[in-house]
Amino acid sequence: MERRSSAFLQTVLYTGIALLYLPILTLIAYSFNSSPLVNVWGSFSTVWYTQLLHNRQLLESALLSLEVAVAASTGAVVLGTLASIALVRFARFPGRLLLTGMVNAPLVMPEIITGITQLLLFVSMVQVIGWPHRGFTTIVISHVTFCTAYVTVTVQSRLAAADRSLEEAAMDLGASPARAFWDVTLPIIMPAIVSSWLLSFTLSLDDLVISSFVAGPGASTLPMIIYSKVKLGVSPEVNALASLIVCAVGACVLVAGYLMVRGDRRRALETQLAARHA
Amino acid sequence: MNLNLRPGRWLIILPPLIFLLAFFLIPFAFAFKISFAQAIPHVPPFSEVLYFTPQHRLRLDVHLDNYRYLLTDEVYGLAYLYSLRTAFFSTVICLLVGYPMAYAIARAPKSAQNLLLLVIMLPFWTSFLLRVYALEGIIRDNGFLNTVLMHLGLLHEPLHIMHTGVAVYIGIIYSYLPFMVLPLFATLEKLDPTLLEAAADLGSTPSRAFLDVTLPLSIPGVIAGAMLVFIPAVGEFVIPSLLGGPNNLMIGRVLWDEFFGNHDWPVAAAVAIAFLLLLAGPIAIYQYYNVKQIES
Repeated sequence: MERRSSAFLQTVLYTGIALLYLPILTLIAYSFNSSPLVNVWGSFSTVWYTQLLHNRQLLESALLSLEVAVAASTGAVVLGTLASIALVRFARFPGRLLLTGMVNAPLVMPEIITGITQLLLFVSMVQVIGWPHRGFTTIVISHVTFCTAYVTVTVQSRLAAADRSLEEAAMDLGASPARAFWDVTLPIIMPAIVSSWLLSFTLSLDDLVISSFVAGPGASTLPMIIYSKVKLGVSPEVNALASLIVCAVGACVLVAGYLMVRGDRRRALETQLAARHA
Repeated sequence: MNLNLRPGRWLIILPPLIFLLAFFLIPFAFAFKISFAQAIPHVPPFSEVLYFTPQHRLRLDVHLDNYRYLLTDEVYGLAYLYSLRTAFFSTVICLLVGYPMAYAIARAPKSAQNLLLLVIMLPFWTSFLLRVYALEGIIRDNGFLNTVLMHLGLLHEPLHIMHTGVAVYIGIIYSYLPFMVLPLFATLEKLDPTLLEAAADLGSTPSRAFLDVTLPLSIPGVIAGAMLVFIPAVGEFVIPSLLGGPNNLMIGRVLWDEFFGNHDWPVAAAVAIAFLLLLAGPIAIYQYYNVKQIES
């Protein structure tokens, strides 16, 4: 529907958007405040950013978080893409309803429940088969679980919109179904796959609750360190760290969004061209 | 059952199916089992529920104490009620704010829609924990809001919002608003504008047409959005823990304290199972509408 909307709707929309961004913008502004007192503006300074570079604990946890995020989003993209192919292309198979439920439930399941149930599984597994010990492995497994849900939903809608006749044409020309999928459909859904990798990466990088349960005593991810600092109140050092993370993650999301939109546009253009040639 | 399924297809179906079964669904069975255990000073800190005796007999050692404890200690009942109430009113406010926003986006020119959606989604994907922390900078006694209001002479004493129930509401609405806007937009966008024209031709005022046509047709979006806000909000931990005070005990926080503070894993497992039963209804509604939407 494309109609001019009323002044009331416009006001609510833009006020809502402004309020969504206000806290982040003030946070970034205050991260450049030279005063250690959070409510007094001193002068412009980058002192808190340089201080971050000398915080060993922070750097180590940031490294662990990055490693986890790369491993988890890669695993989630593989599993999520497979799940979306199964759900879109195979109309009936045993376990279809179960798979549908299991890819959608993590989207709404409170993290605290997922966290504690997964921890109890890992601990019980260690008792029986001696694996996996809490730390990197368990954090990655947990993150793959909820990231897979987001990947499946994203890729699923793109795959459902992809034109199957192109793939059928490839098969008429002698390609095997697997080959036709690989050469024709995979490039079409590639933007969705890449952007869901980026989104999984940011989700994994942000997770506090599930990681806290499954990490065990030895490992601390970046959000766990930040949470313990934030519990003590607002501090300029955390402001600087938060600004860096918000900007980096925001950039990831913008790239992901851009890829999706560009993929849409290009597809629309190609369809138009094809229609003109037909 | 489909017998035409080529064996190669199982290579696609099985990896995600087995992974999610093993690491998402089966964990609930373990939590269920351990909710009947006893806390003991041991690694791991709970007694065996199902085990082989030295005589090679299978033994079931069930303790109902954890559930009895949930029923008798009123902290749990109050926390459940408080969580449900907070999540319910937050969902209603998100709906009241989110509906006009989604409607405005659905009516915006196509070229602006993608940009507006991205602007709404960007905060959602960007660090939840840090956004809650950023909110603290706005609402704390010497924060942005109070500084501005007092500077303008509207207030003489700062508003005490931090560590109150109001702060928890602000936090939940601020964090979950995008979840409400997106599904609402998805249904409002699909709405056929000729229906509204027809209503107008038949003499409906715009507000009448909205109530009779737009609102009923957008109900699936309302339900999807409401569930996406309500279910995670009931289990919210970060917001009540950082913004709320000692009185704002939501169930997520009680579970966290039981686990990390008291180290009572069996009681924490029982809280989680009881909590899940409470959420079974809303999750079933969400799944039902989801499957229906995918199939249409």
